[in-house]
Order: sequence, then structure tokens, then C-alpha cells
Amino acid sequence: MSLDKATVRKIGFLARLEIPEEDLDGLAHELNGILGWVEQLAQVDTEGVAPVASVSQMKLFWRDDVVTDGEMPEKVLANAPDAADGYFLVPKVVE
Amino acid sequence: MTELTKLTLAEVRDGLAKGEYTSVELTEAFLGAMEAHKALNAYIVSSPDVALERAKASDARRAKGEVLGPMDGAPVAIKDLFCTEGVQTTAASKILEGFKPQYESTVSGKLRSGGAVMLGKTNLDEFAMGSANITSAYGNVVSPWVAEDDPEKLVPGGSSGGSAAAVSAHLCLAATGTDTGGSIRQPAAFTGIVGLKPTYGRCSRWGIVAFASSLDQAGPMTRTVRDAAIMLGQMAGFDPKDSTSAKVELPDFEKALTGDIRGLKVGIPKEYRPDGLNSEIAALWDQGVEWLKDAGAEVVEISLPHTDKALATYYIVAPAEASSNLARYDGVRYGLRVENGGNLDEMYMKTRAKGFGKEVKRRILIGTYVLSAGYYDAYYLKAQKVRALIAQDFAEAFKKVDLILTPTAPSDAFPIAGGAKVDPITMYLNDVFTVPASLAGVPAMSIPGGLSQRGLPLGLQLIGRPFDEETILRAAGVMEAAAEFSAVPTLLRGTK
Repeated sequence: MSLDKATVRKIGFLARLEIPEEDLDGLAHELNGILGWVEQLAQVDTEGVAPVASVSQMKLFWRDDVVTDGEMPEKVLANAPDAADGYFLVPKVVE
Repeated sequence: MTELTKLTLAEVRDGLAKGEYTSVELTEAFLGAMEAHKALNAYIVSSPDVALERAKASDARRAKGEVLGPMDGAPVAIKDLFCTEGVQTTAASKILEGFKPQYESTVSGKLRSGGAVMLGKTNLDEFAMGSANITSAYGNVVSPWVAEDDPEKLVPGGSSGGSAAAVSAHLCLAATGTDTGGSIRQPAAFTGIVGLKPTYGRCSRWGIVAFASSLDQAGPMTRTVRDAAIMLGQMAGFDPKDSTSAKVELPDFEKALTGDIRGLKVGIPKEYRPDGLNSEIAALWDQGVEWLKDAGAEVVEISLPHTDKALATYYIVAPAEASSNLARYDGVRYGLRVENGGNLDEMYMKTRAKGFGKEVKRRILIGTYVLSAGYYDAYYLKAQKVRALIAQDFAEAFKKVDLILTPTAPSDAFPIAGGAKVDPITMYLNDVFTVPASLAGVPAMSIPGGLSQRGLPLGLQLIGRPFDEETILRAAGVMEAAAEFSAVPTLLRGTK
């Protein structure tokens, strides 16, 4: 399969990355190169193989459902580009 | 003071105990070396105030007879991917410029509470995505090594290129690295040092800027195998804050260095010797086999049949996880924000377009695509299945052998100028020998084996069973002794 400019623009939006119009062709070419290369996996017979999200052989452990951290709004907001009254500020969302 | 920077971590532990020098003297010597060799760009920021404060505290403790551990007072560097309380942490990205974490990562915290002295934060490829340290927003790292036949500046490897250059050039005693597909091992090989990627789950990932969470693992980068054993012991251990952290016993890794590998079974995977393998790399690998045999190990050929599909698998899995992990950089909670009166989506898009570099964007786009509706099964699900087969290859192999020996990288270090020109896939091929162990989650270590004809370091890789770093360290110790690798970087020649 081959990516065209429109698809690159669409992926760019899904990834919330602004891509200048003049970069679309070049990126489509690069991404097609990489995707064409990874398509070699189609040659591998994976019939009956269960996919793995992690190869860790550990079982996820349980912990008590209790609060262990918190009560530090200043620290949480310390690196915020814009904050006020204990909140992060963002551009207006609701008209 | 130059002499102090040449010491190993083990020597420093003993020297501090005997009172031969103080942590402050050591720290000042390293801070001086860092200043003298700023041109390497190994550090994004140095933290002399933090370092001297911790060194003084260490000396004061020692004067009272208190020692927190084998690294108390030892000056080390921290890869700028570990969140360090109050000290800028950027992941080498513009999007995190100025970010000062309000907390300490578990691994750097363990080193800190063990008394280690942080000299600064080392440079890396942006978000650890790269094999040459040429994608950092804070400039390339220059290797302290120069080829005999060519004065061009060389890459230190990546992504832990700043840590590798700093350890190699004696700008710290040891450094932390992280390894997702080879980011500890390949730069270790390029700079003639030791780099250990522990078993997935051995070191906590909490507080490390995430790249690909099912692969990321922290580990030590040092000048000797013994130092790696000491440092791993100070970095590893169960952490309730990382749900993938392993609840396993933490051995005394240094005790594994018995020097005795008689009867050990070592596998040589035939798939790691493709047509066209660099003849110097092949020769070093053969030499490694001889060292093991001479020490009484039994060497057998094995097969890891899905090896040639590992890189493609990795370049689906890692970008997919990265695209998800890097969604958090949205200009709201930390780092860069670009706003020009638009709505929230526009703010996200402009912020991320300005904040991320080219390679990071490329991987986010690939990852977003392979996870998107209609393509998920063909790419991501398929890669997860092939990953299962790759892990199975190792599990089968470890029924027959105790360890696996391979080269670390397919070549010696290449020029920075050349690295910038190669296409992405050629660059990805640097990790052809390191990626399979990452996908399988097994521990692996690079040790210096010798020099290429151009006088540049070459590494050998030992891969072990899950949570059996001890056997890797034991064999690595034997090979280190046999290799007698004593070459110093070009930069340091002629100094005492």
C-alpha cells in the first residue's frame, strides 16, 4: 500500500502534528520507504501465534486501592506554560 | 588532578574507603575535565552546585563512619532522559526545554540515596530515537575517538551517546543509559566501554521519559565489567511505582565475577553472520569464541530463525508505542507551548510541530499510521505476533545454551557528517544485532573486544537468560581479561 499526500495530512491531524503543505510529498516518500520495508513481515507465517504486548514473564501485581500521593498542586503546576488558581489554562474550548 | 579521572568505580570505592582522596576532590577533577572537553557536547547541562553539595555531604558522612553503599561519593553522569528533581530534564527535545521535574526517577533516586554524586545530564538522541546522537535538539555529541586514517569527527553512537562519550573520555566515573533497541550497547561498542541492558523489569522505568514502554530499560555504562556489576546493583530492584518492575531477588552482582566459566555453554547464532558481514567484525567475533574456549567454555552453533525480521518488527512496535507515549506533549502541563489565537487543536498541532525534531515526527507518524483504523491488524498486530516468535527463538536457544555471543554493531563508528546524510532505514540497520534481545526482553551486554584497522573500538555482545545478568557478567569478566582492551580515546592520548 502507498501513502498519498491526503493520507499524510490525515495522519498528521490524528497525531496533532501540523505539517506544512510543502513537506507532505517528501514525508509521503519517506514514510512509504519505511512502510514498504516493514511489510517484509507479511512473509512470516504467524498462523496460530498469539500476539504479545509485552514479553515480561511477570504477572502484574496487585496493590491496595488507596491514595499514596497527592496534595501538591504547586508542584503539579510548577512547569505549566499557563496556570491560574490551581488549574492548567488552555485556549477556549467551548464557545 | 587528571589522575583521579582515570580511576574505575571499584578503585574509587576502595580509595575513598582508605581516605586516599575525598569525594569533593574527585568531583572537582571531573567538573574540570567536563569544562576542558566541552567541545564533545556530552552533557546538555552540568550541575556543579548539586554535585559539590552531594560530594561534601558524602565526605561528611564518611568522616562520621557512615557509608551509604559502594557508590557513596562516586561522581556519575545521568542520561537526560531520567527526571532529576530540580535539574532540567529535556530528553534532548525542544519540547521539554526548561522542564524541571519536581521529583526524581526511581533509578537516579536509588543512585542518589546510595550517595552517588550527579555531575550533570548527558546528551542523547531526541527522545532516545537514534543510533548516532545526531537528532538531539542540543547539538551532536562528538566521539572522543578519531580514526587513524581520517580526522573527521565521529559519532559516539546512540541514543546514549553523551553517556558513552562521557564515560569514554573520563568526564565521569560511570553513567546511566537507557536501551530500547540498542541505545546502551551500540554506543558502548562505538566508544570502547562496557554497557549493560538488564532484563526488562530489572530496573524501574518510573520517572524515565518514556519512548517505547514495553522495550525501555535503564542500565549502567562503565569502563569495566566490575564497575557495571557494582552500578547495576545500585540501579536495580522492585519498584511499586512501575507495574512492569520485577519482584525478583537482587543478587550481589559483583560476586558473579568468579573468573570461572568452565563448562559454560555459549551459543553462536548462525543468523547473525549474514552475507556481507564486515570482515573485521567477523574476525573479532571468532576471536571472542576463542577466548571463551580457552577459558573452558563449550561453544556451539545455534539458530535464532526470526532474527532477520527483528528490525522490521521493532520499527512497528517502537514507533507505535512512541506515538502513544508522546501524545502527552501537548503544551498544557509542561514544556513548550505555541499559541497564536487559535483553538485547542491548533495549539496542540503548532506546539508539537515546533517542539519535535524530524526523526521524532517521522516515528510519531509511522506509529500513528500503524495503529490507525484499517491498518492495525496488518502492521501492529502482525508485529506483535512476530515479536512472540522472536522471543520464542531465544527461549528455545536458552534450553540448549547458557549464553549467546554476537557482535554488538555491524561496523565501527562513522562520521557525523555522513550520518546526517544516510536514509532512515540504513541508520536503523545499526541496531540489527541489538534489537532482537530488546524485543525478547532478555539481558545483553556490550564489552570492548578490540580495535578496527582504523583504530576504533569494536564491541562484542553477550546475551543471557531473563534475570541472569550474573552469567553475562561472569563471562564478560573473563572476556575482558582475555581482550586486555587498554586503548584510550584519541582525545586523551598524551595526557597522564
